[in-house]
Amino acid sequence: MESLQKIGVPIAAILVFLVLWEALVRLNGWPDYVMASPSDLPQAYARFWELFLVGAWQTLWRTVAGLLLAVIVGVLIGMVMGFSRIMRDALYPLLVGFNAIPKATLVPVLALLFIGQHDFNTVMMAFLISFFPIAVSVGIGLSTLEPEYRDILRSLGASRVTIFRKIALPKTLPEFFGALKVSVTLAFIGTNLVEIVSPHGRGLGALFLSGQTNSNYPLMFAVLIALAVLGIALYYAVVFLERVFAGWAERETT
Amino acid sequence: MDNLIDIKGVRHAYRTKAGPLPVLDGLDIQVAESEFCAVVGPSGCGKSTLTRLVAGLMRPDEGEVWLHGKRVTSPRKTVGMAFQNPVLLEWRNILDNVILPLEIVAPSMPRRDRVARAEALLEMVGLSGFEGKRPSELSGGMRQRASLCRAIVHKPDVLIMDEPFGALDNFTREDLWQTMRDLRAKEPFTAVLITHDLRESVFLGDQVIVLSGRPARTQYVLDVTLPDDRTIDILYEREAGEMLHILRDQIKIAQGRGAAEAQ
Repeated sequence: MESLQKIGVPIAAILVFLVLWEALVRLNGWPDYVMASPSDLPQAYARFWELFLVGAWQTLWRTVAGLLLAVIVGVLIGMVMGFSRIMRDALYPLLVGFNAIPKATLVPVLALLFIGQHDFNTVMMAFLISFFPIAVSVGIGLSTLEPEYRDILRSLGASRVTIFRKIALPKTLPEFFGALKVSVTLAFIGTNLVEIVSPHGRGLGALFLSGQTNSNYPLMFAVLIALAVLGIALYYAVVFLERVFAGWAERETT
Repeated sequence: MDNLIDIKGVRHAYRTKAGPLPVLDGLDIQVAESEFCAVVGPSGCGKSTLTRLVAGLMRPDEGEVWLHGKRVTSPRKTVGMAFQNPVLLEWRNILDNVILPLEIVAPSMPRRDRVARAEALLEMVGLSGFEGKRPSELSGGMRQRASLCRAIVHKPDVLIMDEPFGALDNFTREDLWQTMRDLRAKEPFTAVLITHDLRESVFLGDQVIVLSGRPARTQYVLDVTLPDDRTIDILYEREAGEMLHILRDQIKIAQGRGAAEAQ
């Protein structure tokens, strides 16, 4: 019963959304070169399914690669900021400033720096746009560790590495996964940004662009829906990892 | 060397923006093996600094701290600590929380032996059957019991407690005093207990040390001449009443000095 509700409610919500969308287009009498309706989409998928599969795969692996890079670099920066006051003071304004830059402006910079390295540029953008939340949350998680936690192990002569491994790292995991949920969506946006903006791109973003160039509106909307599905899949992959590694932080609601 | 803990003429000041802030000024404390030493004093008089000194987490500016005939200059494996906040690790169950110090102090000890040791302690404090629970599933008093088990699981020379019962309600607190008393009877250890509660200090302590207001020095030492197997009722009898009275007066003096210096 409970699991039925868990699956049934979201599916019902999606169906309602599709019906409203369809109704909106029909009631306004919009032709499909103004706005496509859900009933136009199956046709687009059927016709271009091979392109969708290839594009989805390219978008997916580059997003995940960028995200992995963001996790590694973000955790390292977070550790440096969490353990050293001076480094925190030094890095914080730089990071905030960097995060404030609209990442679209970096596409041409990257494109010039690494001409023709489309995969590399895309992964870099996914990384650049998504490491900030991870760095900040890990940094805050580590620097707000109550001193008693450290003292309990320190008084036993435990090394810094041991204290990090046994206490600081697991204690920061809930914050880390909270940030990862934000980062996964950001990385996805970063990948698509490069795919859409850069010429001769690949992935779903490029497919969207070609739909636009050919005024194939059903194709464009089909890409958007495919992106949404991919985004949902990535997000819930993170939720799954969170359950596995930081499930203890979840309180039973009674 | 008769005393397990020997604190001689310790002075310490914290460096703050407004200049040095002296917290300890002439601290002398002697605790014999398996003696229970309760330390009371006005708020903010440097009692917590004392716990960190004994644990070797910091070094005093002046004076010496000796433990088991060795000068304390860095953390030692022979200390157990418990705080007002039980600081249990939420991602571990109660059993694995209690085992934690053994992982550091006795890495080669087989898991089976660790579990047996932890289970025995948990049984002593009445937590049998809760080994697999998460800390968040336990009440505050139960968490503090688990925290005490963790503090002594590696058989430390000294158990250092910084107001471990401070956040508990009165009845739970008295329950834990009795648990503490029973634990000592079965597992003798030397203890330093920092507390605000005079009744607690008399019920648990073999000696009660009154610290003066900040900067703290040893102001008064009371020998508690009550039997070892005391009950809570004893606190309401004449002898304990007189001791509490003396301590109360000493605290007033300590607060008075602190107030005079503040002006």
